[in-house]
Amino acid sequence: MTDFQVPIWGYWLMGIGLAAFIVMLGMYIRKNRGFKRPLFASPYVLWLVIFTVIPCLLVAYFSFTDPAGNFTLDNFKNFWDSNFNARKAMDQEELNMYLSMGLTLEDLGLARNSINIDTLVFSLWMAFLCTAICLLLGYPAAHIMADRNFKLGPTLVILFIVPMWMNFLLRTIAMMSLLEDNGLINNVLEMVGIGRQKLLNNTAAVQLGMVYNFLPFMVFPIYNVLNKMDYKLSEAAMDLGCDHWHTFYKVTLPLSVPGVVSGITMVFMPAVTTFYISRLLGGGKISLFGDLIEAKFLSTSLQEWNVGSALSLIMMVLILLSLGLLRRVDPEGEGGGMV
Amino acid sequence: MKKLVSLVSVLVLCFSMLPLNNAFADQEVVNVYNWYDYMDEDVFALFEEETGIHVNKMYFTTNEDMMVQLRVSPGAYDLVFPSDYCVERMIAEGLIAEINFDNVPNLVNVNPDLINPDYDPENKYSVPFMWGTVGILYNTKKVEEEVNSWSILWDEKYADDIIMLDSIRDTLGVTLKYLGYSMNSRNLVELKAATDKLIEQKPLVKAYYVDETKDKMAAGDAALAVVYSGDALYAMELNEDLDYAVPKEGSNVWIDPMVIPATAKNKENAEKLINFLCRPDIAQKNCEYIWYSSPNAAAIELMGEDYTENTTINPDPSVLERCEFFHDIPDNYLTIYNSFWSQVKNAK
Amino acid sequence: MMKILKRFYLGLILLFLYVPIVVLIVQSFNAGESRAVWEGFSLTWYGKLFNDPNIMKSLWVTVSIAVLAALFSTILGTLAAIGIHAMRKRPQAIMLTLNNIPMTMPDIVTGISLMLLFIFTKVERGYVTMLLAHITFDVPYVILSVMPKLKQMNKHSYEAALDLGATPMYALLHVILPEVMPGVITGAMLAFTLSLDDFTISYFTTSPLVQNLSTLIYSQARKGIKPTMNALSALMFVVLLLLLLLVNKRSSKQE
Repeated sequence: MTDFQVPIWGYWLMGIGLAAFIVMLGMYIRKNRGFKRPLFASPYVLWLVIFTVIPCLLVAYFSFTDPAGNFTLDNFKNFWDSNFNARKAMDQEELNMYLSMGLTLEDLGLARNSINIDTLVFSLWMAFLCTAICLLLGYPAAHIMADRNFKLGPTLVILFIVPMWMNFLLRTIAMMSLLEDNGLINNVLEMVGIGRQKLLNNTAAVQLGMVYNFLPFMVFPIYNVLNKMDYKLSEAAMDLGCDHWHTFYKVTLPLSVPGVVSGITMVFMPAVTTFYISRLLGGGKISLFGDLIEAKFLSTSLQEWNVGSALSLIMMVLILLSLGLLRRVDPEGEGGGMV
Repeated sequence: MKKLVSLVSVLVLCFSMLPLNNAFADQEVVNVYNWYDYMDEDVFALFEEETGIHVNKMYFTTNEDMMVQLRVSPGAYDLVFPSDYCVERMIAEGLIAEINFDNVPNLVNVNPDLINPDYDPENKYSVPFMWGTVGILYNTKKVEEEVNSWSILWDEKYADDIIMLDSIRDTLGVTLKYLGYSMNSRNLVELKAATDKLIEQKPLVKAYYVDETKDKMAAGDAALAVVYSGDALYAMELNEDLDYAVPKEGSNVWIDPMVIPATAKNKENAEKLINFLCRPDIAQKNCEYIWYSSPNAAAIELMGEDYTENTTINPDPSVLERCEFFHDIPDNYLTIYNSFWSQVKNAK
Repeated sequence: MMKILKRFYLGLILLFLYVPIVVLIVQSFNAGESRAVWEGFSLTWYGKLFNDPNIMKSLWVTVSIAVLAALFSTILGTLAAIGIHAMRKRPQAIMLTLNNIPMTMPDIVTGISLMLLFIFTKVERGYVTMLLAHITFDVPYVILSVMPKLKQMNKHSYEAALDLGATPMYALLHVILPEVMPGVITGAMLAFTLSLDDFTISYFTTSPLVQNLSTLIYSQARKGIKPTMNALSALMFVVLLLLLLLVNKRSSKQE
């Protein structure tokens, strides 16, 4: 393990790709006898290929190879069983010596271990919780602000954007200093007579940090959709005898689904992959899937980089799958996110 | 609209000039890659003043981080401060260059006992910078009993009041030591026992930190912490309730040498800086700032009793006898160490 | 009654969002270094801020990268949007899907994949690689803001201009661009903001020698953030807030 090896065919592939791109461009121009508008996209096509498609392929390449560049599925097996590589790295004779002494793999700490999967499940759970809390807190807020009779609404929405102008790491650190053993909240609790509590370095603190960071991403799209909604619809429902709750349930809520979907996407995705929030507020005790991936790429062993790539690939596929599911609920992408 | 466009273009021009200015400045530089708070920054200022060579400072948190960076950013660093066991690996992998000792006449000041160490037997690649021990820093207000064993880190009395090192070799190492094994163990039964011990301890742990520990301890945030001796002295200086002990089961003693990466672009400047750091007055200045034990015999002479009477910085030979150096572990055991450590970090 | 309850609820949420920011700003005026104890009002940290070479350097890196990335990604993205808009259905769908990838991919995966690219091609990571990475994640957002404006405009004006003898460049600059300008500006602003605040992708695509504010803060978080950082972010916060107000005022005047 001395250096990162680029297989020679990698360079060939890149060169051939570039040449093919230029040839195709030339053919297109000839065929259309001149410069047609779609050609304006060609620089970006090249950019996309170099900086998005090739890097994704590289992640895939690393996932399916070992440090020497040979094809292998070990990285995925290692996801399933975090001890897989450790067991493989072990000298077989040495291992047999242990086993002949009557020790089992369990005793040697090399039995199947599911921490990678456990961590993924835990991350998904945390992200789900975060999304649910953001939705519960954010929907009413968006609904109140989108009310036509509430004049302050549009101004208040801007107040939800403004915190994002401040570096989010610093905001998270500020959150940390609030929660510290002798931080502001604990000082207040002490004064009120409740006494100091352990607020930092636990799951709740990480969850709080996630909600704090991602809440605006939920409020926005919902507000956008509600704001654009034809208010006459709900007025008509009221005229026809619906009460407030029925109108909300039958008219407003279904119409706001695109906003909710896009809000869920924008909260769930970063929540499931975050690693700095858990690091800062969890004191290195709480490990999310993002932490796991980051740790792999901070390891000296090159093998870990391959495993990390496999984990990234799994994460990528998971996200794409869940996005596909959400697309079905909101096929037009009407929520439109932040834009 | 026109105005806005022209304003933006002017801004762009201004900004785009800046990084180029930096990149093409023809000033002599040396790129130093060091641990956080491991150097009196005034020393660099003095060096710049005397030689006109500009020092670019970069920092790492663990040896593992540093090794990765060294590999993925070749040519970015001219002088690095790894730990002893890493030097073994770096030499084996050809990552570091032989030092031209003609440029380092101040080597004569270094304690001869520390020359030709295990990790660099012919003393071609490294010059010792600091050395120290690993031990327990504790708050006497919160811990009334005597601290002389690692076992106190597993005492439920101190639940949520213990800070451990977020560093794979150190933490597994002290646990192995506590269980009576070698810190360089390559015995699966021993490693498994240490891993289980750490997982068992996790509910008691307040946090896994490296650089944060000393400030948290100084602020009185925790009762016990596993720390490097220099961090301990730094915190003790700020908070007089703190004390430091090297447990009776033994611990780690380490040397942090200075090395020059094989890909260094400013090797001579790096050698000049090494020589500068070996000058007695500079070594003294550094030692008094970062509180680690100095390998510089001439500097120790300058510091006199302040240094020799301090048992944390100048531990008794009987303490050192209990301690052990880390050695590099081969790749296959590294995989096992990584896997076990990941079990500790991901345990719920 | 309901009204008061609603306002109270909004107030609570905003309190939750703003308390840490207020704390941050208050800390920047604290005479002492402690984050918990108030030792009197002072401006020392603001003074120290301008003398801290690390912070100043990373400030330049951050701002210059944000400006350059916004500039390049706006050009690239606007051109791409015009091109994609004129494509036939099939290639258009492919392009839009491809364009979605960088937006939907988790930041950590984008960062790692770009890092692998740079390591693989032996490009030394630093200022340029960070800039390239920022442009990469900015462009899709520019395209997303320009596309709707293109849909609104007359389909045939570009061809008409060409028929009347305009070169493609001339038609682009004088026919299409003025029409889509609002979308372009939104896109540029968005790109600038995203780039200013990015941490994860920068973290993986730069070397420790070139740090932007986010990566600097992350590395300092380990050994305790100095209040100078708070002072800087408070300043930036105020400047950006003023800019926002200014832009809002201008646009409301134009209406």
